[in-house]
Amino acid sequence: MSALLRTEGLAKAYGGVQALNGASIEVSPGSITGLIGPNGSGKTTLFNVITGYARADAGQVFLDDRPITNFRPERVFALGIGRTFQLTRIFPSLTVLENMLIAAQHKERSRNPFAVAGGPASRRHAMELLEFTGIVSHASALAQTLSYGQRKLLELSYVLVADPDVVLLDEPAGGVNPSLINHLATRIRELNAAGKTFLIVEHNMDFVMRLCDPITVLDYGSVIASGPPDLVRNDPKVLDAYLGVGDDES
Amino acid sequence: MTTARVWQWSGSLLLLAAAAVFPLAFTNPAITNYGVYTLIFVAAASAWNIFSGYSGYISLGHAVFFGSGAYFTGIATRDWHYTGSQVFALLPLAGLVGAILAVPFGLLALQVRRHTFVVMTIAVFFIFQLMAYNLATTGGTSGLLAPTINYNAATYNNPFYYAAFAIAAGTITLSWLIRRSRFGLQLRAIRDDEDRARGLGVRATQVKLSSFVISAVPVAMIGGVWWYYTTLVDPSSGFDPLFDVAVALMAFLGGLGTVAGPALGALIIEPAELYFQQQVSSGYIFLILYGALFLVVILIMPRGILPTAGELITKWLTRRKNGTRPTGQRPPVGASSSEVDPTTDDSQGQSPRASTASGLA
Repeated sequence: MSALLRTEGLAKAYGGVQALNGASIEVSPGSITGLIGPNGSGKTTLFNVITGYARADAGQVFLDDRPITNFRPERVFALGIGRTFQLTRIFPSLTVLENMLIAAQHKERSRNPFAVAGGPASRRHAMELLEFTGIVSHASALAQTLSYGQRKLLELSYVLVADPDVVLLDEPAGGVNPSLINHLATRIRELNAAGKTFLIVEHNMDFVMRLCDPITVLDYGSVIASGPPDLVRNDPKVLDAYLGVGDDES
Repeated sequence: MTTARVWQWSGSLLLLAAAAVFPLAFTNPAITNYGVYTLIFVAAASAWNIFSGYSGYISLGHAVFFGSGAYFTGIATRDWHYTGSQVFALLPLAGLVGAILAVPFGLLALQVRRHTFVVMTIAVFFIFQLMAYNLATTGGTSGLLAPTINYNAATYNNPFYYAAFAIAAGTITLSWLIRRSRFGLQLRAIRDDEDRARGLGVRATQVKLSSFVISAVPVAMIGGVWWYYTTLVDPSSGFDPLFDVAVALMAFLGGLGTVAGPALGALIIEPAELYFQQQVSSGYIFLILYGALFLVVILIMPRGILPTAGELITKWLTRRKNGTRPTGQRPPVGASSSEVDPTTDDSQGQSPRASTASGLA
């Protein structure tokens, strides 16, 4: 089966730091692909390049075999790639429901610029998703009143409201309490069972190993391993990258 | 319709009716003079807020539109030989001139973000002021005089009052329509996090430029009214940096990004300023007060009167409803685990390194 999202030899340097160095990954349709690697291995830069927040120096990004390299973020989103951020980015002075409607607005066809934000269908869909993620009781509250975990759920909700083909989650479990991590994992699994494709960057290995298959490992901006969790877990190169043990004596 | 909505609507209609009959109830021209200037600033501050209040991009260059509206009306009146009430028919054209100027101005200034944008607007403002000084058609330093009008002295101010009233009411209505619209929501999302908004499909440049152009129209129109009422525009009064400071202060005081806030700010500041200028021989003392008021607003009430008052009322209502816990508050200590909503606790998880090592081991 051909990959839904694919990168080929992506390179990106920030000054003297080579954040991505020929990174090639594949995300199969219907998978929950994990992307792991030590701090500074280029995971978030890869997300930024895919979603148009950073320009690639070299290499290509394909969505459904269509090149989308260096497209602007709004275009990448419109083509079907939604993402969340490592440090959650919501709109604090808008209500939770308004946050949802921002992501839903590009689907609305009304040409009237003064049409009230969010038609009945968008609002209903938004409320259903808030119900699904468990924060519907906060729909009319300002987003700035949400706790950190709730903000993570809001960000996931409003990415989902646009019904993207691929959802990129950047550390969804980072800084979140264990019961909420389980809640999040359950929701991701349910969405995946319904056909949604995920690419997840995460440091919490329990979370990744339980949820993702396959897993791709980045180190110094390049892919060093890729495969099922058990294979990746025991790969000497991966152990070396994380723990500094392996073949450095050879 | 909720009770709050009923209050809002009846309050707005009452204010509208009061403003409509104001010159009929107070026939003293000295009083209606206050009315004309106040409405000029109600319109200007509300229009400025459509761009700066909703998008968060503070423009200190809207005097470009005010002055251009005044100059356009002056030049057209002179060259096309308009007299009396005919001049008011030029106001929509003045608005169009404002919109046309706003396109290149916006395209240029909106290349940059936030603070740099403010500097850009000031730079463009000075370019326009210099042009007014130096172009032949603007009358140089002497400016442009309005033709004499044969209105009845007792009701002389009324046509100006109603022209300003129509523009102010139209601008506030437009502001209300925009705030509740998809366009308004996109602007407010840009204010909170522009890059994130773009990542959710908001065409930020297009949205910002549209709102900049829309906000320029009433400002240019009201500039035309102002010129005809004061009977003179020169480069320093038409392109006056204090105009920008005034509209920004009014919006900040009343409530930046709210529909009624800038109008409320104008209703407080403009009559006070006029009164002060009349009472104190040195007119420049009010500038010191302006600065002081700006500091007080930013330090004590950065969100302005309306949002702060709204917050206080909500707090008071919440306190009255005993047993209702505010949004985002933790459940009471001792609640059983089954009662705890997993989404409310924001405690930090394991450190990445620790979880990584344990997961791989």
